[in-house]
Amino acid sequence: MTYTTSSSSTLPMHQSASKAQTRPKQYRRLPVSREWPTWIIALIQLGIVAAVLAYWEIGARLGWIDSFFWSQPSAIWETFKIFFSTGSAYTDIAFTFRSTLLGFFFGTLAGSALGLSFWWSRNYAAIAQPYIICFESLPKLALAPLIILVFGMGLASKVAIAMALTLVVSTLTTYSGVKAVDRDSERLFYSLGANRWQVFTKLIIPSCLPWVISVLRVNIGLALTGSIVGEFIASQHGLGRTILYAGQTYEIALVWVAVAVLSALSIVMYLSVSWIETKLRKGVMH
Amino acid sequence: MAHSAKLRLENLSMTFATPTGSFQALAPVNLDIATGKFVSLIGPSGCGKSTIFNIVAGLQIPSGGRVRIDGEDATGTIGRVGYMLQKDLLLPWRTVVDNIVLGMEIQGVPPREARDRALPYMKRYGLGGFENQYPSALSGGMRQRAALLRTLLLDNDVVLLDEPFGALDAQTKSQMQEWLLQIWADFGKTIIFVTHDVDESIYLSDEVCVMGTRPGRVIERMTVPLARPRPRSVVTHPDFIAMKQECMDLLNQQYAKPELAEAV
Repeated sequence: MTYTTSSSSTLPMHQSASKAQTRPKQYRRLPVSREWPTWIIALIQLGIVAAVLAYWEIGARLGWIDSFFWSQPSAIWETFKIFFSTGSAYTDIAFTFRSTLLGFFFGTLAGSALGLSFWWSRNYAAIAQPYIICFESLPKLALAPLIILVFGMGLASKVAIAMALTLVVSTLTTYSGVKAVDRDSERLFYSLGANRWQVFTKLIIPSCLPWVISVLRVNIGLALTGSIVGEFIASQHGLGRTILYAGQTYEIALVWVAVAVLSALSIVMYLSVSWIETKLRKGVMH
Repeated sequence: MAHSAKLRLENLSMTFATPTGSFQALAPVNLDIATGKFVSLIGPSGCGKSTIFNIVAGLQIPSGGRVRIDGEDATGTIGRVGYMLQKDLLLPWRTVVDNIVLGMEIQGVPPREARDRALPYMKRYGLGGFENQYPSALSGGMRQRAALLRTLLLDNDVVLLDEPFGALDAQTKSQMQEWLLQIWADFGKTIIFVTHDVDESIYLSDEVCVMGTRPGRVIERMTVPLARPRPRSVVTHPDFIAMKQECMDLLNQQYAKPELAEAV
């Protein structure tokens, strides 16, 4: 077989080979994605909500969706107005909000104090260890009926349930913070002649503050969950109680209203706690 | 000697119990250090330098022997000597000046007085302007300076420095050495300095103790025959080189030991 040489020839043996082997080598480029502007994203987000609501309303009116079980946006809106004008909206919101905040505050405080106290005596920490693990693995909500029996139907039981949830989380996180304190820093303090109280207040507590702060966001969610579950079981007020009552009497529209209000409340609390967390973190960490 | 030693280690020994029997970290060590002297300890890893420091600072009780400061038995007491580790251990949530006064604060000096004592030293030693900043704003050398000031501002006459410049780059290190000599001249403390750097130990000190390992002990104690103040060019002086040679020979003998082959 004859072959011609040209300026761009490859080795002779490749000339009869398949086309793929004579193509110049392709190098990949870095994958680049262009980000959409914020307004487009916001528009799409609102669009999704609008589309769902529209489908729901139209579906209910045309009978595709059973409005007895699902209700419809127009009915929900009417119920919303009634709930806030003549209904128990404000009492319920205040009740749930109060029990959540109290449970969050005291649970975080007590939990952090407990976690810090484990630094003080390693023996006491060793003794408490299995109890803490036991309590932590137990689903605390399972204790809710018992707590209600002990504390009654009012605010106290909801606060207690919220505390049960938040306390364990704070204890374990703070204890991790205690264990993470640099041994050499402790030695530094002792070499300067410090006593245990000075080490505790000037080293251990400031070291653990970032840890305490890091769980605030988790704790507010847990506190709210605890309050709602308590209200489900037995309560005279609260958004949880309203949801349960409305569900049992098939007032589905009211269920949605209460759920929506609860979601709004929880978002507000979460954002507030996040804001507090950012502020605290700036003040504590440099 | 006309005056008794500032710091005296009497038969100091340390033995640990291990699963394979007892391990002697420190064989009986006897050391006298006169007031205002700068003494270096050099030796391979595991020669007991840190153990000695921990014992002198009261952070560890020796298996045997005593520590005397100004003639008094100071074994097991804390807060009597300044102790600086290689890590600066500045507390990130405190400002630089609050870190420097930490020692005084612990010992009960009123905050105002402590600050008034610290501020002029901060200015003098290159930390002026950083008083109310946080340690994260300081460079490595400045952090070590702050840590050293914290150590020195206590009313202790004896200061233990455990490889304080080990983590610094060469240029910062030599700046810090100059600075340390300046501070030593100003404060007049008795300094014990641990380092792996033979050059550093000879340049800075009045005496060098070479230590051995397994068990930890002082092999040789040498006086540095160079007059102060020492210019940086002294590192090429024949006396310096002779002493360096001697130290390195002693150290290399240590490294040649078969037991050390696995350890190092």
